[in-house]
Amino acid sequence: MIKGILGKKLGMTQVYDDSGRVVPVTVIEAGPCVVTQVKTLENDGYTAAQIGLVEKKAPKKQSKAEQGHLKKNNIAPMRHLKEFRIDAGDGINVGDQVLVNSFEVDEKIHVTATSQGKGFQGVIKRHGFGGGRMTHGSHFKRAPGSIGQCATPSRVFPGKKMPGHMGARKVTVKNLKIVQVIEDQNLLLVKGAVPGSKGSLVAIRKG
Amino acid sequence: MKVIESLEKKLIEGKERPDMRPGDTVKVHLKIIEGNKERIQIFQGIVLGISRKLNRTTFRVRKVSTGGYGVERILPLYSPSIDKIEVIRRGRVRRAKLYYMREKIGKAARIKEKRNFNK
Repeated sequence: MIKGILGKKLGMTQVYDDSGRVVPVTVIEAGPCVVTQVKTLENDGYTAAQIGLVEKKAPKKQSKAEQGHLKKNNIAPMRHLKEFRIDAGDGINVGDQVLVNSFEVDEKIHVTATSQGKGFQGVIKRHGFGGGRMTHGSHFKRAPGSIGQCATPSRVFPGKKMPGHMGARKVTVKNLKIVQVIEDQNLLLVKGAVPGSKGSLVAIRKG
Repeated sequence: MKVIESLEKKLIEGKERPDMRPGDTVKVHLKIIEGNKERIQIFQGIVLGISRKLNRTTFRVRKVSTGGYGVERILPLYSPSIDKIEVIRRGRVRRAKLYYMREKIGKAARIKEKRNFNK
């Protein structure tokens, strides 16, 4: 059994649990996925399975390398491919399907996706700096303040928190609980928020 | 978007809730769990507004408690902890959100009853 699946974040809603409490859930359309490549210890030095989210991709948009990679195993072109580590004797073959039914309710999962891009942001939004006061003739409103000392060391230390690009990076949220699995629609309802905007690709890994 | 909408519709399927409008006086039967016992508590008041969002619909009920203190509760319409909702009186109001009721005290805090002469 592959310990992961690819999907698309659809958005959020809420459901009630057994005690009548509201549970915020993210709806993820996961799969169907197909195993596109199996990496073995002999060939690649480690064991893993590459799976692809079954979704059409125009042949025009693919590189020759992509086409050749999938053609080898007679698999239709796919837009998203990702590798998941497997154990050596798992008996996974190319062409195997990965569906949401490999997940169970109450199971813990890790979700990886690209977070929403925030653009170039200052230190208050990006690093949570306090900033100065806004009124009473303040000249220190949202500036970062001092970024170091004087002649010694006469440089700014690497890693100093400064303004810059925020968001749009790979983020993993760990230990999210599966609330519901809807097999006929390939849906997973996951408790809590998941990185990324609606319609963005998410990789789900069993925790 | 469509998928979530249909999912939300499915969640409220078969859940009976009365046709309730702002200005109505309602009696909400709430299930309260104390230890391992369950009992029903009644919250009666005027509906100040309804936020309609399929399964996430909530409504705001205001009652004037003893001592003249206003108590407002925002309740999820489809919450399983609501046993039932009774509409006691229909109110005639001209607004969707009746926040002005908070400023009214005593006799001014009344709402006219809706009359339907055609029936």
